[in-house]
Amino acid sequence: MSDIPAGLRYTTEHEYLRESDEPNVYYVGITDYAQGELGDVVYVELPEPGDSFAPMETFGTIEAVKAVSDLYCPLAGEIVGVNEALDDGPELVNTDPYGEGWMIRLRPDDPEEVDRLMDGAGYGTHIGE
Amino acid sequence: MPTSINHSPDFVARHLGPTPDDVTEMLQVVGCESIDQLMGETVPDPIRFQGPLRIPAGVPEAELLAQVREIASANQVWRSYLGMGYSGTITPGVIQRNILENPGWYTQYTPYQAEIAQGRLEALLNFQTAIIDLTGMEIANASLLDEGTAAAEAMSMLFGRGRKRRGHVFLVAEDCHPQTIGVVRTRAEPLGIEVRVGPSRDFAFDETVFGGLVQYPATDGGVHDYRDLCRAAHAAGSHVAVAADLLALVVLTSPGEFGADVAVGNTQRFGVPMGYGGPHAAYISCREEFKRQLPGRIIGVAVDVHGEPALRMALQTREQHIRRERATSNICTAQVLLAVMAGMYAVYHGPAGLARIAGRIRKQTATLARGLEAAGHEIVHQVFFDTLRVRPAQGAEAVLGAAKAARINLRDFGDGTVGVALDETVTPDDLDDLLAVFGAGGSSTGLADSFEPASYPAHIVRCSPFLTHPVFNSYHSETEMLRYIHRLESRDLSLNTSMIALGSCTMKLNATTQMTPVTWPEFGGLHPFAPVEQARGYARIMADLEGWLAEITGLPAVSLQPNSGAQGEYTGLLVIRARQHALGQRHRDICLIPSSAHGTNPASAVLAGMKVVVVSCDKRGNVDVADLEAKATRYADRLAAVMVTYPSTHGVFEEEIRNICDIVHRNGGYVYLDGANLNAQVGLCRPGDYGADVIHINLHKTFAIPHGGGGPGMGPICTTAELAPYLPGHPVVPVGGKAAIGAVAAAPWGSASILLISWAYIALLGRDGVTEATRTAILNANYMAMRLEDHFDILYWWGSGSGRVAHEFIVDLRPLKKATGITEEDVAKRLMDYGFHAPTMAFPVPGTIMIEPTESESRAELDRFCQALISIRAEIEQVELGLQDRVDNVLKNAPHTARVVTADDWDHGYTRAQAAFPAPWLREHKFWPHVGRVNNAWGDRNLICACPPIESYQTPETARR
Repeated sequence: MSDIPAGLRYTTEHEYLRESDEPNVYYVGITDYAQGELGDVVYVELPEPGDSFAPMETFGTIEAVKAVSDLYCPLAGEIVGVNEALDDGPELVNTDPYGEGWMIRLRPDDPEEVDRLMDGAGYGTHIGE
Repeated sequence: MPTSINHSPDFVARHLGPTPDDVTEMLQVVGCESIDQLMGETVPDPIRFQGPLRIPAGVPEAELLAQVREIASANQVWRSYLGMGYSGTITPGVIQRNILENPGWYTQYTPYQAEIAQGRLEALLNFQTAIIDLTGMEIANASLLDEGTAAAEAMSMLFGRGRKRRGHVFLVAEDCHPQTIGVVRTRAEPLGIEVRVGPSRDFAFDETVFGGLVQYPATDGGVHDYRDLCRAAHAAGSHVAVAADLLALVVLTSPGEFGADVAVGNTQRFGVPMGYGGPHAAYISCREEFKRQLPGRIIGVAVDVHGEPALRMALQTREQHIRRERATSNICTAQVLLAVMAGMYAVYHGPAGLARIAGRIRKQTATLARGLEAAGHEIVHQVFFDTLRVRPAQGAEAVLGAAKAARINLRDFGDGTVGVALDETVTPDDLDDLLAVFGAGGSSTGLADSFEPASYPAHIVRCSPFLTHPVFNSYHSETEMLRYIHRLESRDLSLNTSMIALGSCTMKLNATTQMTPVTWPEFGGLHPFAPVEQARGYARIMADLEGWLAEITGLPAVSLQPNSGAQGEYTGLLVIRARQHALGQRHRDICLIPSSAHGTNPASAVLAGMKVVVVSCDKRGNVDVADLEAKATRYADRLAAVMVTYPSTHGVFEEEIRNICDIVHRNGGYVYLDGANLNAQVGLCRPGDYGADVIHINLHKTFAIPHGGGGPGMGPICTTAELAPYLPGHPVVPVGGKAAIGAVAAAPWGSASILLISWAYIALLGRDGVTEATRTAILNANYMAMRLEDHFDILYWWGSGSGRVAHEFIVDLRPLKKATGITEEDVAKRLMDYGFHAPTMAFPVPGTIMIEPTESESRAELDRFCQALISIRAEIEQVELGLQDRVDNVLKNAPHTARVVTADDWDHGYTRAQAAFPAPWLREHKFWPHVGRVNNAWGDRNLICACPPIESYQTPETARR
């Protein structure tokens, strides 16, 4: 069983949104389940602050020992920060996916949209757990 | 019957593994009366090819060699001073015999299983180190296909990186080699890159320009200082790629030192014969900051589970799971055998030896320049390495005429100047002949003794050391070199040890007789741009081969230019695109690709300027025809092509193939057939007959070119007559159709010298033999599947209840993983302890292995491999039953090295004998994996791709700090 914290929002493509201490800015990363499926992460290619993305547009890629996968932006919004610690420590995605392994800080264009994403229970059902 | 005095065409029996008696017994296991019945149950009836193939009957081996001798004599090996990236070279005999002509080096596939490929991996690491040193860069890959495509890759790399913020213009110096400019232009157009060709001194890096390419030394020999150019590019946020001659870098400032970002070039002159265009290894190297954009395969230093240093392909996922739709490159292979040779040339000569060779060539060139100037000719560039551009006093015509009379090829620039490029084969007598051709008398030896060339200007001369690593300074006697080569060879498992059952790779026999002519000077010594009338022997080989491939595929037009499978895909799609444009259908840009396709398919489509729409597959791996029809109809206005693999990547003859082709044609698209699995079709069905418009053929799979440990390959394409006018052209040698697309490879016929191998393969087997090979390949696969069926789940049995596979099949290990935690990787590594290379892992289905035995493996070898797998299944059962630990067991700890099983400590729940000698045949011959299981993640996170200093061999913990 993988870890699916309550209080976060999830996408079908295994990204999560976690509130930050800044209003309407969310940490985005991939779930514990996703990191387990990918195996050891070796590189994360991230966008630059200021970039904007449409919903489910690719914002980066993640290279793991088993597969290379796209990263999808859960909601339309602007990148306000990226996790530069992943440059030297991509394994943070494996060891602490919901914490130190975050990837981008996203400011959604429409804050209302956040609640339309799956909650933990919904995501658990989605991955069959 | 009286004994015949004719030689029998007995090669068929040599090529096929099973004897007629074996076949009879194997058919019983499979449950068929005859091989015809098996074919009937395997290949769908509506697409069966009825007629005999119109290719000649097979010939005995001795007779074939006699034929090739005669054909070889139709080639004329003139002395060629044409340059343009191809030079005469002396292949050290110890390298030719022990690498190029040695199945211990040329039969392996790509080093996917690192633990049993440490020799080749070290040889490639040497290559990368030599490239890094000589180009002054920080990272290099393990080779690309040729200099032209390497330059195109450099362009894509810089474009991919700058795409978000920068322009779309790529500046190319007009004094780059013409074939390089041609290949770059071809690559640029579908990607929306504008190539501007002009003098490098006029390069203007503005905001529309993302990069530039210069040649060093220039194609006409001039050595220019590009420091200011690089500075200007960087000031504008742009980047510079340099195509550099590797031997020149021994004496000239390296691109890294003068500020370039990427370097590319050919390494042919490091001991690899010209071979009328190839194969040779191109290199690409770059600064650290570009390492994630670097295309192709990179060998990296990692550690094994015991903390010992171990090599493996770094960033391997990029290849096996190539970035599909988001690709900036479709490169999926390398020129491993040739890169190994070039690296070994550097090992054998070392820095001092290379300096001697380069110094001699420079002195010879300077001597020639003196003699020519004294005779009143103008030397256009005063700073040169090995190439002179000469404006003869009496005009070019007279000199070119005299050269021809002396059987010498000079380069005609067409403007009253001629080019002379020297190389390490040139002797004082050759120089005398050259002087005579120019009407300049005198002896070169006398001239040479009278002066020493001035040193290069300070901004041009090389001052930095290179090849300082011990490996380049230890093996300079032939005995030491021989042993070094053999030591590395013995760390690699190749076809001279056991079968390599890699699904979709077709690891069949690479027969000695087929390989023999490749190194004959009549084939190896020809410059690719020598006048075609000097290459009549090659012309004959290529005409035969084109005709036979056309007959086998049922597609009449052939281009031999693409020099890899992925290159063939890309070329085929460009040809389709050119046809669509000619029909006024420029808007057709959708390429349908089944989800089961190999990752190169979508990558090639993207490079050909198409947008990929994925078609789903059913549970059996077959194309979901309803989904295909829906998508073809939805995009009927934009449909350009479909790419299908046949038999499918799952090893299944889909019954719907004709229907699939019809649907696509009805909606205005063309059918691209990926020929990776052609070995299941030859003589049984023909792509042209069931509706394909283009196919690429992996000559290194179906037609016996050895895999070379990961290259060379060849990917010629066959097309319908409708598409023939668009077959690729070439800027130097006229080839291709009337409305040809640009060159896709540096040489007009790709890697011409290895076409001989495929030619010889077909000639030896003949029309009946090639078909018999296919039938036997299918029998072998079905036999193995039947033998394994009681022990494993076999996926995707074809048809309703008939239970047949094509030439390969998939073994599902997922249930075992669920029950025991044992993965396909554990099984793969455990096979090494049994002396086998693993089948293809996790493609096309994760958690599975795919087995392709080919026709060349004997029944005894098939049985041995099945026994190994069955024995491993029993080992897994031990874990299942709780008799062995789930973590500390023979599978999880595999492979077991000699060091581990002979260590004083042994605290596992199984014996040393169970670890290392689990099957009886291992008493006869034991192949020892050189290292324990490699830690891939460590290596990918800590990318090191040059020979590490000896003292740095340390544990991961200390290395990481």
